[in-house]
Amino acid sequence: MSETVKDRVLSRGGDWDFDLLRSYDREIASIAKEFGLDTYPNQIEVIASEQMLDAYASVGLPISYTHWSYGKEFIRNEEAYRRGMRGLAYELVINSDPCIAYLMEDNSMPMQALVIAHACYGHNSFFKGNYLFKQWTSADAIVDYMVFARKYIFECEQKYGIDRVEETLDACHALMDHGVDRYHRPSPLSAQDELRRQHERAEHARKQFDDIWRTLPRKEKQGDDDAPAEAANFPPEPQENLLYFIEKYSPTLETWQREIVRIVRKLAQYFYPQGMTKVMNEGWATFWHYTLLNTLYDRGLVDDGFMFEILQSHTNVVMQPGFDHPAYSGINPYALGFAMFRDLRRICESPDAEDRAWFPDIAGRDWREVLDFAMRNYKDESFIAQYLSPKLIREFHLFAIADQAKNDFVEVAAIHNDEGYRDVRRLLSRQYNRDILVPDIQVLRYEHMGDRSLLLRYTRLRDRPLTDDAKEVLKHLSKLWGFTVSMEVFDEREGVVDRIDVSPAR
Amino acid sequence: MSMIIDRRLNDRNKNATNRARFIRRYKSQLKRSVADVVAERSITDMGRGGEVGIPVKDISEPKFRIGQGGDREMVHPGNHSFSPGDRIAKPQGGGGEGEGGDGQGEGGEGQDNFMFTLSKEEFMNLFFDDLELPRLARNVLGDAKQFTFRRAGYTPSGVPSNLSVRRSLQNAMARKIALAAPLKRELRELEESGADPQEIQDLKDRIDRIPFLDEYDLRFRHKVKEPKPISRAVMFCLMDVSASMSEQKKDLAKRFFTLLYLFLNRKYEHVELVFIRHTSNAEEVDEHAFFHDPQTGGTVVMSALNLAEDIIKDRYAPDQWNIYGAQVSDGDAFGSDPQRSAAKLRDDILPHCRYYAYVEVPDNASSITPLGAAYSQIHSENFAVAKVMGRRDVYPVLRELFQREAA
Repeated sequence: MSETVKDRVLSRGGDWDFDLLRSYDREIASIAKEFGLDTYPNQIEVIASEQMLDAYASVGLPISYTHWSYGKEFIRNEEAYRRGMRGLAYELVINSDPCIAYLMEDNSMPMQALVIAHACYGHNSFFKGNYLFKQWTSADAIVDYMVFARKYIFECEQKYGIDRVEETLDACHALMDHGVDRYHRPSPLSAQDELRRQHERAEHARKQFDDIWRTLPRKEKQGDDDAPAEAANFPPEPQENLLYFIEKYSPTLETWQREIVRIVRKLAQYFYPQGMTKVMNEGWATFWHYTLLNTLYDRGLVDDGFMFEILQSHTNVVMQPGFDHPAYSGINPYALGFAMFRDLRRICESPDAEDRAWFPDIAGRDWREVLDFAMRNYKDESFIAQYLSPKLIREFHLFAIADQAKNDFVEVAAIHNDEGYRDVRRLLSRQYNRDILVPDIQVLRYEHMGDRSLLLRYTRLRDRPLTDDAKEVLKHLSKLWGFTVSMEVFDEREGVVDRIDVSPAR
Repeated sequence: MSMIIDRRLNDRNKNATNRARFIRRYKSQLKRSVADVVAERSITDMGRGGEVGIPVKDISEPKFRIGQGGDREMVHPGNHSFSPGDRIAKPQGGGGEGEGGDGQGEGGEGQDNFMFTLSKEEFMNLFFDDLELPRLARNVLGDAKQFTFRRAGYTPSGVPSNLSVRRSLQNAMARKIALAAPLKRELRELEESGADPQEIQDLKDRIDRIPFLDEYDLRFRHKVKEPKPISRAVMFCLMDVSASMSEQKKDLAKRFFTLLYLFLNRKYEHVELVFIRHTSNAEEVDEHAFFHDPQTGGTVVMSALNLAEDIIKDRYAPDQWNIYGAQVSDGDAFGSDPQRSAAKLRDDILPHCRYYAYVEVPDNASSITPLGAAYSQIHSENFAVAKVMGRRDVYPVLRELFQREAA
């Protein structure tokens, strides 16, 4: 081996130290910059495996409030890990500014480099660039906000008792998927503003307080004659953000409980984009670790041994077992996302006739621009609808199964052939629609002038029922609401087909 | 530019509170699970943690989810033989394959129980939860007969075998530096000013004469003599297993014995257990038989005491063993048996015992049983009588029993 080549290689073997981490990070950063990746500054934290278990439990945030469900998650992961049933993730990355990425100390040097490329440049640039993340999360404020939330909930526990706080949190968690309003951009987070707002609320309550009101004789209830017309119309339009509605209008919640509802709602908002961009986000990060590390190799900065380890790990990550394979558990977002971004690059760099027919606007363009545009402006659903190419459908051997309740068989609806491409693509894209993942449940009516009951409506799509959990969730909801909560099941063809009523236990 | 931070030394137990909350929330289920484990476990194993389970459905968090049924399409990878229009029979029993992605959540492994391991502390807390065991009540039992040596810093005098070379040399070095410093300063000044070589030589000699090791420097490891109890103890568990002792009473007895065992285990390095059960005659048995084998027959307490005395004579010389006795009975005894037993206990057994506790688990709290009446006539420093009606009583009774001795 010639001296000059040897000099360029950053390291050999598996051992790492902090100087090496720094030099790998420097090289990867400079390549990322050449490719035009725009990232938040990185904060890379080296942790031990037990700490990784800790990080898992708090749903991927470096800090969170205390709740038994995190304990459950922690115990579940710990047991699985101790029994060797599950390895730990090599990395964990947090959508924050600076972007925090955890590296496990047991990783070898190549793995650390992989994680740096994947998390600190892949995910990081996705967090910074994707429109959903830009709209829904405040990366610069989330850590402060969680510190605030943790402290606030701790204080509530001191003041009102662990049980009451736990009950409130349980109820909020049950509704967490319904804490997002897709059509309103939320206001940015700020722990300071939250504190100020709270003080104002408390101060207002204090100023308004006058014990003498209590001594006044109650006014006789006036006739309800004109009320029903108005009551029937509230809220004027159905509301899909159940947590927000509770926070604003619950007739019984105390101020601190409203704050807790708000905290969970903010958390739901923070996680909302991650659920909508799994394929893209993982695909993007995987595409970039693959591209960045291969560039390192092409420039002679890493040796063959390094690359073998990377490729082995990479191959495991992007493996997609077929539907009849024992390991099959749905479509692997890493595999699909990675393949799609690679395919996009291929369509740009060396398009064939099919690509030109399907993607006339991008075939032959600069791949960096095309990928950047895709990363910024799509979510899984639209990304697949827009960019899944026939070639990939063939490579994945994708096929669609139609399952209808009235039949005792399922039917193959479309496969990877000329007639099927568009159907497969449309159906796969729809699989990532939020309405498939989260049932469409909205607040229909609040009898605010009457018995204060709340009516929700589940709009049933194609006869798909809710699980039996629904009643439990409604119980939680009625605890927050304080009065009867009902949910009707609405079918587009048949109208209201079912109704569940739950009254709060007193 | 990236910032790289080593967090490995940070706190590793961020989730301790969350874990504690989980256990707190599912206390009643966990207690049941712990009780099952305890029932299978022997007393000597009690001081360990243990694996417990909670039904998965109890700990799942409800969410609005779309369930099986209705119409849907699913896209899957890996087609190798299907053509459009192919029909595949639905698997029996609901959804099954082909519906993988939808609403499964939770990622459970399909097991019925959420199993996990409790630490020793958590396990004992749950086990003794009903006993209302306070954290601090860990009284020292009994007085000391042996001594042990414990390290307690350093001392300037001692035997050579205790010499601490490191400490001594440290001192020597400090002394040398302190004594030589002014001389060296003077030397430097002289050399700079070009003074008389003889004077410089004198000074150098003085520096050389500072001893390498002086008597003041020596430090010896200091050891203090500490009282230490005889490290071995034997605990006699005596129980009436006649038909009137129900499972529930035996369960109380087991808790009492366990608690006593744990107390003793904290104090002694080695604790042996002797189980003596009796109906109309007594026998020494293993723990399982002691708690679980049903026996029928009359009640002759004397037989158990005789057997205990024989075993003490045979195997546990009182000058080498701390002997503890705990007897549990529902108090039934007939004829002259209670009086004779009380006398036997007072004259032949108590003198050898560090402590002997008689715990009664009567059918009702106010009744006075023959055995209880006879035993209450015994007045001795190391003998106590108590009644236990329910689990809650076990700990306070034990505490009361041992308070006098601890004082």
